[in-house]
Amino acid sequence: MDVTVIAETSGDGLHPVTAQLVGAAVSIGGTPTVLCAGGTGAAEAASISGVAKVISVIGDCFGTFDGAAWAEALNSVTGGDVIIAAASPSGREIAATMAAIRGIPIVQDATDLAPGISVTRPIYSGKAIETSTVTTPCAITLRANAFDAAGKGGSAEVSTVNQSADVAVAVREAIAKASERLDVAEADIIISGGRGMGGPSNFSHLNEIADMIGAAVGASRAAVDTWEEIPHGMQVGQTGKTVTPSLYIAVGISGAIQHLAGMRTSKYIVAINKDPDAPIFGVADYGIVATWEAALPALKEELSKL
Amino acid sequence: MGIAVLLKQVPDTTAKISVSGGRVDESAVSKWSMSPYDEYALESALQLKESGGGDLVAITCGPARAAKMLTDAAAVGVDSLLHILVEDLNSLDSTQVQMILAAAVARSSSDIVFCGKQAADTNAGSTGPGVAHLMDASCVTMVSEVASDGSLLTAMRASPNGNERVAVSAPCVFAFDKGITELRRPNVRGIMMAKKKVAETLGPADLGVDISASSVSIVGHTPPPQKPPGQKFEGADSVAAVVGKLRDEANVI
Repeated sequence: MDVTVIAETSGDGLHPVTAQLVGAAVSIGGTPTVLCAGGTGAAEAASISGVAKVISVIGDCFGTFDGAAWAEALNSVTGGDVIIAAASPSGREIAATMAAIRGIPIVQDATDLAPGISVTRPIYSGKAIETSTVTTPCAITLRANAFDAAGKGGSAEVSTVNQSADVAVAVREAIAKASERLDVAEADIIISGGRGMGGPSNFSHLNEIADMIGAAVGASRAAVDTWEEIPHGMQVGQTGKTVTPSLYIAVGISGAIQHLAGMRTSKYIVAINKDPDAPIFGVADYGIVATWEAALPALKEELSKL
Repeated sequence: MGIAVLLKQVPDTTAKISVSGGRVDESAVSKWSMSPYDEYALESALQLKESGGGDLVAITCGPARAAKMLTDAAAVGVDSLLHILVEDLNSLDSTQVQMILAAAVARSSSDIVFCGKQAADTNAGSTGPGVAHLMDASCVTMVSEVASDGSLLTAMRASPNGNERVAVSAPCVFAFDKGITELRRPNVRGIMMAKKKVAETLGPADLGVDISASSVSIVGHTPPPQKPPGQKFEGADSVAAVVGKLRDEANVI
């Protein structure tokens, strides 16, 4: 079974989820060909174990993002029984467009795959899990950190193809993020604050701790909606980002169901809240009943000892 | 200028989901609502209509209960309503849903389409790009704002480095992230007017779409796996113990 893997990039290199896409492709008996849009990360992709071939697709259309143009260019360089991409904003759009071009079905946001092809995914914001079978050819996007990554040590052949497509989305202006902080969607550790933090200036305590452990800083919807200093890009939950880090630390977050929807599949969850009955404790591996004013200085002190 | 907004009715985000006999029991859902991202798409579509004119049609594909959501859309100012009646939406695959919605958009003679970036039930996000392809339209996802600019439309979208303002020409599809403006609430007059508004109701076959053979079949639903109960500690003095466990038991720091 030929599997086309759409490489997910981060900056000038590959996003770690790309090795997970390859691992998942191999786990269902697939022979993966990795497509690198604009050539980004091609050499790195070739070193992922199990990759049969890397196609570096070069074209003018890859200068800015137009999902439809990227999908058209990528689609024309490969066939394959299954298309696998990351369930990121760009991965979802490219895979959905490629599926539409081919007239094949797409199942998004899978957390498990089995030969057949059987696809498992959370539905209703993680309040239920659905298992379905999909016929091939098809496209599937995978949630980050849900699949074992393929190792290093591959040495696949890299070929370069010149293939562009008409761009219909013209970028007029790029507005950089206010802070250079790690994005919650990219981070392996996240520390988030809620309305219990009392005010946006108190997020500086979360920033300090984040800097100590290489974490991103997130926020609950209540915090984002209450304080304009806390941008929507930081929001974790139903109308924000869905994250699956190794460690999620929730501070002053009560645990509204909309927030839990975005973080409950994190590997380990620590909750710090002064209300012992806060719903966040229901999903926490380690709960600390304390005010943030008392707990965060102690946390800083303990982390500085590591 | 014809504007269409694609809406999906989903269990309210606060509603409990129960599984019985290996399937989610939809009859036990206490409240159905417009999918949250669709609400932002609707708001932005109303603003575009108010600033630039044009007819705004709300389109949904779903069971009979979704008619209530269309009436809600009419109450805030949508001009006409189109309901493609499909009793079991979960039995359709992405291709079928997109074909139905693209055919509905064509029937409404709309060339600007607003939708949510993904629906809150399946969290998929295939509809916007798929419908755009079938319409031969350009597509912008992760949109927070749309404005008209002469013969073009501009949109603010999220990008890996922040935000980008982009320009497209119709036909085009805008798939909405959380918008930047407050959602409007219906007033009494709007609610009264909406009661008189009758949705055009069609079946997929009326649009020439065959839904007999889906390529996706649901094997079953299960409740989410229960995590073992966590450990709970009292007071800030316990922080040292928790950090120790994160290091030694969990190996995450």
